[in-house]
Amino acid sequence: MKCRKCGDKASVNMRQHKLALCKNHFLEWVPEQTERFIRKYKMFKREEKILVAISGGKDSLSLWDILGRLGYQADGLYLGLGIDGGIDYSSESHRMAEKFAQANHLKLHVLDVRREYGRSIPELFEISHRGHGKPCAVCGLVKRHEMNRIARDLGYDVLATGHNLDDEAAVLFGNTLVWNAEYLLRQGPVLAERDGLARKVKPLCRFYEREMTAYALARGIEYIYDECPYAEGSHSISYKEVLNQLESGRPGAKLTFYLRFLEARAGGELFQGANEQLTLLQPCAKCGQPTTAQARCSFCRMIEKSAVPELRLTREGDDQSGKK
Amino acid sequence: MAVKLVLRDREYEIRAGMTLLEALRKAGILYESVIATREGEMILEDEILKEGEVIKLIAVISGGAG
Repeated sequence: MKCRKCGDKASVNMRQHKLALCKNHFLEWVPEQTERFIRKYKMFKREEKILVAISGGKDSLSLWDILGRLGYQADGLYLGLGIDGGIDYSSESHRMAEKFAQANHLKLHVLDVRREYGRSIPELFEISHRGHGKPCAVCGLVKRHEMNRIARDLGYDVLATGHNLDDEAAVLFGNTLVWNAEYLLRQGPVLAERDGLARKVKPLCRFYEREMTAYALARGIEYIYDECPYAEGSHSISYKEVLNQLESGRPGAKLTFYLRFLEARAGGELFQGANEQLTLLQPCAKCGQPTTAQARCSFCRMIEKSAVPELRLTREGDDQSGKK
Repeated sequence: MAVKLVLRDREYEIRAGMTLLEALRKAGILYESVIATREGEMILEDEILKEGEVIKLIAVISGGAG
């Protein structure tokens, strides 16, 4: 198979685009397309400060790499979750994040959840009993809360995450299976800024996970290859496998599923008049972040239940994000 | 000798002379879920696999990080 641009041997074939590219042209194509999506969905402007959520995985490190190459001001944020799983998972992902930041002279903020709140994610799960036998719900709650808090506290204009199309299609698939209108209305490449909530964007949301893996490999980005020890058997992975089965027989099925959803929602074909639901959010009495709860948000209630002495939203004489 | 496909800690022995796509099907691996590399270079589905080769497969699906 030949590269469509130069005729050399192709390294990546994107059947959904009927496009095969050599390594060099693929490494050019991904940032070009990312820039196109940033503009198309009006994610951010060149003068805005971006905080990239860094996990140490292929997507977030590739996103950080791409934004730098495109000339955006992007710093990283790593949350230490305290997950071991017999493979030193959090320590290793932290090492990857630090290594990338140092090699590329980038600023990485680090927050260790245990140091900040006295409990790791598995410990918070044990105490709070949130979720179904796994700490994933607790982990998601903590990440959403802390990333939003730190982005706002440190004055960033926007929080960027490395969600790829497979991530988005899997979430969409899961929410469609149970017709969760509230979540379906919130899903998209951009979640607008509002009182207490930083703008959130997903610049990689139209790249297949396969393409992002190819990008990290071709670019020589070292990332944590092991799965999170709690990810095995998760719904998101099983939905991705189902969608890949569809994709195998019908190239472009995943992309069409996601893009048609975005079009239908933007065109008012879905849940007409239901957008008011988002206005039901109100500030948490403790931390001020928007919540659907009557008084305190889920995060603050969990921290209180975990018997951690004080929810520290500020820390005297120290950068609360663990900024370096 | 055959061709060896390696995915994480699993190995699959496949007859040489097939394309990568055919070899993956024989092994029950979905092409969409992996990237295949030969000596560190990515190869595509139409690549013919030769005797004695070791093809490293990189899983692309991830479900969490931190």
